[in-house]
Amino acid sequence: MAKTPASATKSAKSDPKQPSESLADFALHSLQDEHEKQKRYDASPEQMLAFYEQMLLIRRFEERAGQLYGLGLIGGFCHLYIGQEAVAIGLQSALDNDRDSVITGYRDHGHMLAYGIDPKVIMAELTGRQAGISKGKGGSMHMFSTEHKFYGGHGIVGAQVALGGGLALAHQYNDDGGLCLAYFGDGAANQGQVYETMNMASLWKLPIVFVVENNQYAMGTAVGRSSAETEFYRRGAAFRIPGMDVNGMDVLEVRGAAEIAFKHVRDGKGPVLIECNTYRYRGHSMSDPAKYRTREEVQDFRDTKDPIEAMKKILLENGKTEDDLKAIDKAIRTTVSEAADFAENSPEPEAAELYTDVLVGEY
Amino acid sequence: MAIELKMPALSPTMEEGTLAKWLKQEGDSIEPGDIIAEIETDKATMEFEAIDEGTLGKILIAEGTENVAVGTVIAMLAGEGEDVSEIEAPAAPARDADAGKDEVAGEGKDVGRKDEDGSITPDKPKSKPKSDPAVPHGTNMATVSVREALRDAMAEEMRRDERVFVMGEEVAQYQGAYKVTQGLLDEFGPKRVIDTPITEYGFAGIGTGAAMGGLRPIVEFMTFNFAMQAIDHIVNSAAKTNYMSGGQMRCPVVFRGPNGAASRVGAQHSQNYGPWYASVPGLIVIAPYDSADAKGLLKAAIRCEDPVVFLENELVYGKTFELPELDDHVLPIGRARIVREGSDVTIVSYSIGVGFSLEAAEKLAEEGIEAEVIDLRTLRPLDTATILESLAKTNRLVIAEEGWPTCSISSEVIALCMEEGFDHLDAPVLRVCNEDVPLPYAANLEKLALIDAPRIVAAVKKVCYAE
Repeated sequence: MAKTPASATKSAKSDPKQPSESLADFALHSLQDEHEKQKRYDASPEQMLAFYEQMLLIRRFEERAGQLYGLGLIGGFCHLYIGQEAVAIGLQSALDNDRDSVITGYRDHGHMLAYGIDPKVIMAELTGRQAGISKGKGGSMHMFSTEHKFYGGHGIVGAQVALGGGLALAHQYNDDGGLCLAYFGDGAANQGQVYETMNMASLWKLPIVFVVENNQYAMGTAVGRSSAETEFYRRGAAFRIPGMDVNGMDVLEVRGAAEIAFKHVRDGKGPVLIECNTYRYRGHSMSDPAKYRTREEVQDFRDTKDPIEAMKKILLENGKTEDDLKAIDKAIRTTVSEAADFAENSPEPEAAELYTDVLVGEY
Repeated sequence: MAIELKMPALSPTMEEGTLAKWLKQEGDSIEPGDIIAEIETDKATMEFEAIDEGTLGKILIAEGTENVAVGTVIAMLAGEGEDVSEIEAPAAPARDADAGKDEVAGEGKDVGRKDEDGSITPDKPKSKPKSDPAVPHGTNMATVSVREALRDAMAEEMRRDERVFVMGEEVAQYQGAYKVTQGLLDEFGPKRVIDTPITEYGFAGIGTGAAMGGLRPIVEFMTFNFAMQAIDHIVNSAAKTNYMSGGQMRCPVVFRGPNGAASRVGAQHSQNYGPWYASVPGLIVIAPYDSADAKGLLKAAIRCEDPVVFLENELVYGKTFELPELDDHVLPIGRARIVREGSDVTIVSYSIGVGFSLEAAEKLAEEGIEAEVIDLRTLRPLDTATILESLAKTNRLVIAEEGWPTCSISSEVIALCMEEGFDHLDAPVLRVCNEDVPLPYAANLEKLALIDAPRIVAAVKKVCYAE
């Protein structure tokens, strides 16, 4: 007997075994059907330009972070977001930043940049400096901005999903109209607590959007070698959570899916599970044997599916010139270079910082 | 200006590597993101990617070269308008002495941590714990069980602060597996008294996240044995986030429930987690004994800005004690209490052990030994001052702990006495703990395994050289 026995009285809830209206209404495909009708978000030229700039900023920032790592300025783990840019930009551009919260795992630089947070304080966190957004005490995996309702930055695979459930509970409890966007990877998708959270989130109709960033590999393990069901968007079915299957390499398609999912959640209908199929060009962290996939595979994604190149093509078709885009790239490179210089030249934390922020109160 | 392309480090341990292959040749134009070369060590292969655009000028290290030091310039990249043929190779670079200092390979990398950095650390700031507030003369004392005291603490704080809510298994309709939440659903409704499925990892995470989101959750574990499923959120999510975020992200959550051995429930349901949680910086750990402390400290825990692990004891829930009838009975966290004064020996304990210690003190008094009994109440931060002051007075100390001896609160108190109280010791500090075995079911064996007053009496006599 592991638990004290529960009350034998049956709850007033309708018998779920009984074929009822609620069962007939249970349409896991409703959101996917809606998404299929028009996959891509009808963005204005200004929005498309902004998406391009934001994705390019992430790309250039991450390239520079990889370089700083190689030079020994960044230590420990450093998980780059190169290739996955369309996911964070497509989803976060659809948020209501006054109300909504975001939480993710350790591959978090891109999500921070998507908020427009100063690249300097992000890069300075990567180099472990006092000016870093976590005062240099968090590092690459542990960055937060409560000001933007960005709640990290978590290093235990899958933990952010349950924490995201809590953020969603707070939205519901405070009745503030906000939702929580909780990202996790295809690796985390096999953690038990993800499903514990889905169960409660659906049971309590929490305002949460679960996003699987399926970049095809959990470290070096391909999804097919780790997951019995590789169509991750189906995994909410057991909890009556509708799923959406989204091309995560297309920022307009991601944004289109976000519009549908967010509306569903804001209407009080409970959680949605979005699978964004994407690809990480770089290794899992910095030291990566690169033996688990072929160069051709990586090159194929770069050449034919790159989200930034795709947006560039659209912009050129819509009247932007190569020179316009070159100027943008140049400005972003300057921003990133300045961030890197700042991160390299800022002082390390004072020794006394060792003991600060352990506890809030004094006892 | 030409850009130097340097041999990158690709692993925690890498000092040098093999330049396996050039994928671009001299004169090739390079776009950012192009893979220029392949680098290998015995453990891994890495693609060397271009950051800048330009034309590959001189290749300085031929492909197939082994033992190329990290940081060596391997090629030059000409920028726009530069003549490739005029680029000069730089002088031999100085090697970064710190690169790859670890012996063991891993996913991470050890950089920037110089040996001399670790040797001198600044003094850790110490704070003096506050004393219990004085109970006004003439305050009526009510006789209240620990169970009721805990319930009243939660109810009072829920009335006081809308953000406070309770969640856990059977806390609402069932009225609490041990009836600690009795009546809360009726008063506060299902929004604030939430029944969860049996899913400790999940709801501990949700409670922790809700605290991060600004609420004041009280997460009840039916017993702390089940919190093992959730310990990751208590330790990794709740305790560390304030520090990792540089003080940005608070986590004012209370994890509470019965801890330690109950009665005849077997090994998996009988464990004291006090030492586990008390070892974690970033947590507050409280383990009260009587009703007044249970109420006063639970109210303090709920108001606390830090994550609190609040350890109760099933066998004490039904015991009644005197409790001052005050409008707002709140006690300071981090302060031990002298529950019995004495001059001959100090007995330090907490939770159910305090009862055994008081019982032992009465027996010892009959034999002429006056024991001072200290209830730690808070296990982290530990009130070291109260322990050391008492030791300075009695010069002898015994710790009684209902839990295993190894790596225990007892071990910690002994270490404290050695480090800071050595000159006051007239005898070795002894610990009275449970036997070092999983708790057996059979009544006689269970009794043998757990601490009791006679064992404390025996230990005290030993340190008093009274046998």
